[in-house]
Amino acid sequence: MSLVEPLERRAIISGIGQSAVGRRLNRSDLDLTVEACLEAIADAGLTRDDIDGLATYPGAGIGTGGFAGPGTPEVQDALRLNLSWHDGGSEGPAQMRALFAACLAVGAGLARHVLIYRTVTESTAQGTGGRQGIGASSEHEGEQSGLPRFSGFLQWYLPFGAVSAVNWIALVAKRRFHEFGLSREQLAYVALNGRKNAAYNPKAIYRDTMTLEDYLSARMISTPLCLYDCDAPCDGSTALVVSHVDYSPDTPQHPCHIHAIGTAIKGRPSWDQFDDMTTMAARDAAKSMWQRSDLGPADVQLAQLYDGFSVLALVWLEALGLCPVGESGLFVEGGDRIALDGALPLNTAGGQLSAGRLHGFGLLHEACVQLRHQAGERQVPGEPEVAVVSNGGGPLAGSVLLTR
Amino acid sequence: MTADGPPLRLLPRLDDTNRFFWTSGADGRLRFLRCQECLTYVHPPAPICPSCLGSKLTPDAVSGRATLHSYTVNHQQWIPGSQEYIIALVEIDEQEGLRLTTNLTACEPEEAAIGMAVEVVFALHDDVYLPLFRPLRRPKAPQSAPDQRGGPQKGKGR
Repeated sequence: MSLVEPLERRAIISGIGQSAVGRRLNRSDLDLTVEACLEAIADAGLTRDDIDGLATYPGAGIGTGGFAGPGTPEVQDALRLNLSWHDGGSEGPAQMRALFAACLAVGAGLARHVLIYRTVTESTAQGTGGRQGIGASSEHEGEQSGLPRFSGFLQWYLPFGAVSAVNWIALVAKRRFHEFGLSREQLAYVALNGRKNAAYNPKAIYRDTMTLEDYLSARMISTPLCLYDCDAPCDGSTALVVSHVDYSPDTPQHPCHIHAIGTAIKGRPSWDQFDDMTTMAARDAAKSMWQRSDLGPADVQLAQLYDGFSVLALVWLEALGLCPVGESGLFVEGGDRIALDGALPLNTAGGQLSAGRLHGFGLLHEACVQLRHQAGERQVPGEPEVAVVSNGGGPLAGSVLLTR
Repeated sequence: MTADGPPLRLLPRLDDTNRFFWTSGADGRLRFLRCQECLTYVHPPAPICPSCLGSKLTPDAVSGRATLHSYTVNHQQWIPGSQEYIIALVEIDEQEGLRLTTNLTACEPEEAAIGMAVEVVFALHDDVYLPLFRPLRRPKAPQSAPDQRGGPQKGKGR
């Protein structure tokens, strides 16, 4: 560990909030965001007058189809916040960017109580249609044939029908099948575990029982990934209040301390040129997190690992050192180790595969609920005090170690 | 039968930086930008060499041979009525880590295997020559000739 105290330790999560979560709620992204934010502010024992910082990921106008949620100007105006500091953007350690920026702003004295949020309305945006590829909603102008044309990084993928992150991550999964002998029967347990836990989460999108047979007979999306390897698009907003640690004695709820953040990317920032296609940026982010901590993988009592696609949770298990490299398939096989009462409970609210694609922030919210020991039927036993949360896949990765 | 790719090809917008790459197939050759000082291939195109920071970069033809690094069979109908097609990640023989996302053509999914040797074949769409890859067709050789490709994996490097 470095000699200098990591600045993020001056930050706590003092309040959490979450809007209604569901499919096709037909509510605006700002409406959902305000609901989550007001809940988080009240949960922190604060009023909107106390909030002097605001941050989000990815900020307005990024992507299409209900992906981005409202930008900070909209939320600031809706709540009439008086801000000392604000930030929104999509480049950084995945969705964790907003949390990390808030931690550093608090640590640097730029703000005392920062409200952060992540909102999606992807289910409503999809309407009755299926999932769309990236090119489907292009606003680029056509050239010779009248079809849209693409510049930037998408030009290297879209011409070949690699139009969705599922295609790009499928290449990661297939490489893991080849190098490590990963199997669908192993991968299944990320999905099965999530579904089992979702039964105890009233807000989860999918709560029906799923069997290994159900998983194995699901239709393929992009081999080896099937329907149940892909997270469930939903509508919902999650908000957190990040406060200075000296507010800890006054929080109505037990605060969650930010112990260490993982931000690094050392390989090439690309979906297909990264040196090791079996891990990508998760490897670097996780390593940089542990370098800022006096704790180690053995101290982690529960994990909320990004499962936008099932295989990413396996990538993170290894990157974080929670199991040896190449052995995550064996680690999750059968599901016992990662169950609520297992050695390392994983995605205890159902993960994004079953609880819904709240895009990383649902995992952060659940980690706080667990560290507060308020998860009810799905509470991890033994009054856990250390949780790890990760966001992102491919060249996008961020992780955080939370302590009670 | 597996399709050569999606039924609709979303094409790159050609500009002064990428035109050489996307039109390279006009003479049947695949080209990458290459540093003329340290001979590193640079992809995607960049103004400087990431190895030596040299700025003399020009397109150089490569053999067109590559190794299948990973692949996936796309089943999802992003475009209604599309057939299954294989998205491939290939590593160009000339340089470790030099990769392209592409389609594996003239190959059924059960014939595909990571490590197999492939070669470029171009598909013309509008003014763009898309580099696709098919299983390497060798000249006739004795039955006993061992397959030298698809052997042990290359080491990992940056």
